[in-house]
Amino acid sequence: MGSETGAINDKAPAIKMVGVHKWFGQFHVLKDINLEVEPAERIVICGPSGSGKSTLIRCINRLETHQQGQIFVEGVELTEDVKRIHTIRREVGMVFQHFNLFPHLTALENCTLALTRVRKMPKAEADKIGMEYLEMVRIPEQAQKYPGQLSGGQQQRVAIARALAMKPHIMLFDEPTSALDPEMIAEVLDVMVDLAESGMTMLVVTHEMGFAKQVANRMVFMDGGEIIEQAPPSEFFENPKNERTKLFLSQILNH
Amino acid sequence: MSGAPSTITAKEASGLAARLRDPRVRGAVFQALVALGFVALVLFIANNTAANLAALGVSTGFDFLNQPAGFDISFSLISFEPTDTHMRVFTVGMINTLFVAALGIPAAMVLGLAMGILRLSPNWLVKRLVGIYIEIVRNVPLLLQIFFWQAVIWTLPPVRDSIALGNAVFLNKRALYLPKPAFEDGAGLVLLVAIVAIGLAFLAARWRRGRRAETGRAPYPWLVPALLMGLPLVAILAMGVPWTWEIPEAGRFNFSGGLQVPDTLVALWLGLVVYTAAFIAEIVRAGIQSVSKGQREAALASGLTQGQTMNLIILPQAVRVIVPPTTSQFLNLTKNSSLAVFIGYPDIVAVFAGTSLNQTGQAIEIIALSMLFYLVVSLSISLLMNWYNRATALVER
Repeated sequence: MGSETGAINDKAPAIKMVGVHKWFGQFHVLKDINLEVEPAERIVICGPSGSGKSTLIRCINRLETHQQGQIFVEGVELTEDVKRIHTIRREVGMVFQHFNLFPHLTALENCTLALTRVRKMPKAEADKIGMEYLEMVRIPEQAQKYPGQLSGGQQQRVAIARALAMKPHIMLFDEPTSALDPEMIAEVLDVMVDLAESGMTMLVVTHEMGFAKQVANRMVFMDGGEIIEQAPPSEFFENPKNERTKLFLSQILNH
Repeated sequence: MSGAPSTITAKEASGLAARLRDPRVRGAVFQALVALGFVALVLFIANNTAANLAALGVSTGFDFLNQPAGFDISFSLISFEPTDTHMRVFTVGMINTLFVAALGIPAAMVLGLAMGILRLSPNWLVKRLVGIYIEIVRNVPLLLQIFFWQAVIWTLPPVRDSIALGNAVFLNKRALYLPKPAFEDGAGLVLLVAIVAIGLAFLAARWRRGRRAETGRAPYPWLVPALLMGLPLVAILAMGVPWTWEIPEAGRFNFSGGLQVPDTLVALWLGLVVYTAAFIAEIVRAGIQSVSKGQREAALASGLTQGQTMNLIILPQAVRVIVPPTTSQFLNLTKNSSLAVFIGYPDIVAVFAGTSLNQTGQAIEIIALSMLFYLVVSLSISLLMNWYNRATALVER
């Protein structure tokens, strides 16, 4: 099994979480999480704030450590082993709520840093790939600008290009539009829709229900650190089973 | 609109009072008044001083600088005899102050940087120990600490029981004695080779960066150290080691020959370094913590290692926060070196603003020259650091 050798196996489930628990001190953030994601699946995770959505996806590239249970990424189990963590991080791209672009590097350098330093790629080749992805997110003309010179929407698109440049198999989105002005949300969501259509495995934490209906294969609803309900979007929005899901949907959809 | 009541009459609107309500006019008037007052004050003080000095019969002017000093200086990097002039005293003082500052600033920076990073160590014991060091050192007056180090040095054995290291290095309560190299023919060539080696190392480093850009990997990681160490070493061996060591020799009361580092310099240097490093450590810690957690997470998420994250992401951003207050610490170290007076290290304040002043009585000239010296040094350090700070500034919209 891949988990024994620490080698990536792209036939295995993209992500498999088995009985995962996590505590922040006394606070039980994740309770018995079981989740399996197939390659090219697009999962949207929603739920009230503090329900553990972000913590869940942050466990997948080990920005957070889980204390119980197992997490497999493409067949490799996440352990304390630094080498495995690096292997997994190379295959998993992440986009953050607050962009987290490196302010001392240009947009293009943000995209090429990991290519040259982690993939040990020649600069010319990395620049070419970086430009390709900046074109994909529709801002090649901003390549030489610094993050401080870009709008929020542009910064988030650079952040997406930065993650994609590493050619990850899986993309994690942690509330990618929550810090944006309303008129900039669409430009970021458009890029994410393009990405979904290209067959990327995606886990998206978001409150954008229109986006969820459009691209998700499966909705995951979390509350109080637990996965309460999982269903395809049509069923999830039309016919939610759980009372808490119904309450949440009525709160975010009725205005 | 004929009936609209106005509170400003035509007379008021055109008069002086109205003009004074204009902030620009008002500003100009007040500035003129302040300037006038300041000039008057300076004139008064100068006049008063000149009158008093004349009444006391004190000579003024800078002629005294050419008179022989008539006293000796305990430590000097350049030759000094009691028959030398006060100008020479001024020079020796400046060199001694610059010497301890030049030895102190890099040491304080290195120690402070290390302590600042260690303060954030996940190791509980290391973190606490560094915390204790910083809290003790920051909260005790520097003068007391310099006395402390002097006292520590005085617990060393007296001259006749000096601690010897291989009959070449001696340590006692008076000084540290080191062998002094006496250069012979060929030493210049070695120096030349060393300079060339530094130049080549620069080129090699640039070449390696270029190769990394081209191929993704920087070849020959040993190349730069090999050039820096190897070339001079080869030159030294080829020239047959072109110097001899002048070993300090034990005399009846003291050592003679060799290089003598007086106890006062060591105590002052230790005091300044340990004290300033504690402040720099706090600045470094604050700088690292000022970089948002998200930066570290984004770097790790894209596959960079912990070390790469520190070197490529965190430190370059922390530097911008660290540099300006660190500049102040460099200035503080330089100015605090004047505490040398209290333990007898012959810095500019001790020998020039101290002994020379007492002997000549020309306080105004001497204090002015000393102040000018500190001003020039401090402004030079500031200028250099500001230039560095601008070179690393973030581009904002």
